[in-house]
Amino acid sequence: MSDLPIVLRPARIAHLWENQIVRRLVVLVLLGILWELVALWQNNPIMLPRLSTTLGALVEAFRDDRLLGAAWVSLSVLLKGYGLALSIALVLVALAAANRFARDALQTLTAMFNPLPAIALLPLALLWFGLNESSLIFVLCHAVIWPFALAALQGFESVPETQRLVGRNYGLRGPAFVALILAPAALPSLLSGLKIGWAFAWRTLIAAELVFGVSSGSGGLGWFIYRNRNELYTDKVFAGLLVVILIGLIVELGVFRTIENRTVRRWGMQK
Amino acid sequence: MTGRAAEAVSVHSLRRSDVPVTASLPVLSTKGLSLVYDGARGQHLAVDNVGLEIAQGERLVLLGPSGCGKSTILKAVAGFHSPASGTISLRGKPVSGPGPDRVVVFQEFDQLLPWKTALGNVMFPLLRARKLSRTEARQQAEDALERVGLTRALNQFPHELSGGMKQRVAIARALAMRPDVLLMDEPFAALDALTRSRLQADLLRVVEDAKATLLFVTHSIEEALLIGTRLHLLSAHPGRTLATLDVAGLIPASPAFTRAKTEVHDLLFPQAEAADV
Repeated sequence: MSDLPIVLRPARIAHLWENQIVRRLVVLVLLGILWELVALWQNNPIMLPRLSTTLGALVEAFRDDRLLGAAWVSLSVLLKGYGLALSIALVLVALAAANRFARDALQTLTAMFNPLPAIALLPLALLWFGLNESSLIFVLCHAVIWPFALAALQGFESVPETQRLVGRNYGLRGPAFVALILAPAALPSLLSGLKIGWAFAWRTLIAAELVFGVSSGSGGLGWFIYRNRNELYTDKVFAGLLVVILIGLIVELGVFRTIENRTVRRWGMQK
Repeated sequence: MTGRAAEAVSVHSLRRSDVPVTASLPVLSTKGLSLVYDGARGQHLAVDNVGLEIAQGERLVLLGPSGCGKSTILKAVAGFHSPASGTISLRGKPVSGPGPDRVVVFQEFDQLLPWKTALGNVMFPLLRARKLSRTEARQQAEDALERVGLTRALNQFPHELSGGMKQRVAIARALAMRPDVLLMDEPFAALDALTRSRLQADLLRVVEDAKATLLFVTHSIEEALLIGTRLHLLSAHPGRTLATLDVAGLIPASPAFTRAKTEVHDLLFPQAEAADV
């Protein structure tokens, strides 16, 4: 036995345990085992299908049930809303950075609207824009603009005085000052605003799709979940939820973590 | 106040010099400069009627206890703070705001832009204010960093550098700009004693090589005598001129240097002298 090269010796296991990814995978595996055991014990696939059944349903839904298409519908609406919201927020924040009254106005609006859940505006949005994508984009904008503006304003305010003086010392003013000094100095806050905005947008969208699913002809992920629950395909409901989680993880780890590693972490502006 | 200070100087060895030795137009001058600061309890006078003249190649040190407004004077000269009364002129022209002809080296380590490497930090004003090409800027930045002894840290980010190295980069960044006058606001105050004395020696060497004109603020008498060719002593609350002393050519740790330290101390704190007797 011990002469086989693949055998995991205690030292090697201890070494693997130092790796954060390994530890996280272990957490996932444990959760999976727990799920499987509880489902076996419950033995009621309509209330709680087994993990293995869910994974099977996931593959099947990808193959036959246009789950990928549904995910794409959700993502494309999300990207439109997120992009539009960021453009609006950037204009607002730039105005606020340049003008005191605009700053007061934005701070007041942010304080008012940030605590208001975006989904609460959906009935109103439906009244104003009708049962279509515009309503979704409206609530998405609401979900993203205020938390991002709040983070950006805080970021600009916390730029060290010395760095502001350095920028002014070299004759930078107006847009050049904002682009070359304020924005990079506030980048940790801007990135965290982008992350919070993304998370809020993602939740709001799935929730909105649950309330009214069909947009642009085919439904998104929320609609997929809702439709399958109506037909008591609980395994597909779980499959849909897994996709929601998976996309969230991919964006968090793949996109935002990569940007952070290449910028604010590399520059020592964030641990 | 001024009269008593003048009297005190005349009996000592340091030469009083209200005007620089050279006759040419001063690089920088202030006349009747008064500065007001907005404090918690309204405005208060920080600097009262201070006149300075700095000739080409001179190193003038503003020396005084905390609260004498020396940093405020430097900020006003840099253009960050406008005078309540009086004038500040650079080569005869009034100063109206910040500009790259007066580069400041601050005390704070965060004066380096954390998102740029050491080289990037030095290149930044050369590209943005001097409008040099990338090749030229890179060459001059590398040259400046070499002069402060940082050839191997070019591509490191500020958070990877020690406090002393950060201040070296800041000095290189300022020197590379070849400003009319280099303004330094207690640049070594946050460093440990060993690093400080090495940086003082290196600063003297690079400033002499570059024949730079320097306005240096400190509260350390020793540092003032090491760095300066002339000292401008200030009293506190508000900052008023006590005396201007010619201290060029003092050899560090020599008997004359030690004597000068005592004299400057007595000028700054006349009551302490009385208490010692």
